[in-house]
Amino acid sequence: MQLLREIWYLMQKDFRLEWRQRSALNGMLLYVGSTVYVCYLSFVRGGQLPAPAWNALLWIILLFTAINGVAKSFLQESRGRLLYYYTLARPEAVILAKIAYNTLLLLGLGLVAFGAYALILGNPVQDVPRFTLVVALGAVGFATSLTLISGIAAKAANSNTLMPVLGFPVVIPILLQLIKAAKNALDGLDASPQPLYMLMGLSLLVVAVSYLLYPFLWRT
Amino acid sequence: MRNAWWKVLTVVLLIYSVVMGLLGTVPRLAILNETIRNLYFHVPMWFGMTIILFASVVYSVLYLRKPSDRLDVWAYQTARTGIVLAVLGLATGSVWARFTWGTWWTSDPRLNGAAVAVLIYGAYLVLRSSIVDEQQRARISAVYNIFAFCAAIPLLFILPRLTDSLHPGAGGNPGFSQYDLDNNMRLVFYPAVIGWTLLGVWITNVSARLTFVKHKLYEKQLA
Repeated sequence: MQLLREIWYLMQKDFRLEWRQRSALNGMLLYVGSTVYVCYLSFVRGGQLPAPAWNALLWIILLFTAINGVAKSFLQESRGRLLYYYTLARPEAVILAKIAYNTLLLLGLGLVAFGAYALILGNPVQDVPRFTLVVALGAVGFATSLTLISGIAAKAANSNTLMPVLGFPVVIPILLQLIKAAKNALDGLDASPQPLYMLMGLSLLVVAVSYLLYPFLWRT
Repeated sequence: MRNAWWKVLTVVLLIYSVVMGLLGTVPRLAILNETIRNLYFHVPMWFGMTIILFASVVYSVLYLRKPSDRLDVWAYQTARTGIVLAVLGLATGSVWARFTWGTWWTSDPRLNGAAVAVLIYGAYLVLRSSIVDEQQRARISAVYNIFAFCAAIPLLFILPRLTDSLHPGAGGNPGFSQYDLDNNMRLVFYPAVIGWTLLGVWITNVSARLTFVKHKLYEKQLA
């Protein structure tokens, strides 16, 4: 119960910070918008993209948005502020709050990106509700797997290059399942929920490992 | 000399498995033909890699429970040996694929999983080299090692089994299973697994001891 309360307060704090200095949030939204528009300019120009390419491009955009969005979650915290949290809350609460916050952030960004993408590049999706569900699960998967990585990268010297290097290999299993599930929803044919279960399983595994490992990370 | 028996065993097992692997009789199977002998080289290397990398994770867990310099060196050196074995496994697999599938590399779940596992440990090395402080490096890389191993297990052992794969042992292709691995092959295969694993242990042992000697020399210079 105590843990849940701590998570709740830390999440509130993150949202409040985000809302007060909207530059980061606006930056991310602009990032999504301009990437989608660059894709439009460079690929479409009179003609619909073939469905597999449309799908792959969307997931590349979402992946890089996620990495950029999550990377700052620990980088923006100054050393002093992190020390202050540790006097107030337990480390498990800090990492779970960050994961929850990143999930909600990426959920918003992912849905905005999907909307903008479908609006500008056309929407070949046959089964829109299922595709939206896949995008949402993707946000969960990216947020869970990248949050601990951003905590690790923040400790190292060249953390900006390190974040993608450490993150990509860990994200790839999730990304492969996502592309498969998204392709199924795109074609509207194979409704087997297996990739979705796989995604939830992977996310749960990663959350459990983060929960166990973060207490060792924060002491440094 | 008394502690060297396992090194002798390694050499004997490896010579045995290489000679018998190249000269022994193997069952005739369509498509595979003589390339089935790769079972004695490629598969034991992956087995050895898995065992060695698992040892690396165990060292990392032990380090987090009770930090010590030695455990960190062991975790690092086992990971490095694991990478060497993984690269060897990729190379032998690639040569094999050239002669049975007609291509060096295809987009197959198992192949992609293997490539990503190598990337994960490459990232581990990059992470280690980018942290200067020794204790911090040891702790952070231990955390990443455990995290990455947990993320790599589904990649290597679960995902390929859920989908069809060209790789032997999956999707109805002949490979490592009861009905086509006959007992003569087992006689060479298991010694090869033990031999390659022990070779990995040996390499790790030498490089770890070299590191300890370097640390000692450094401390002497400081004193």
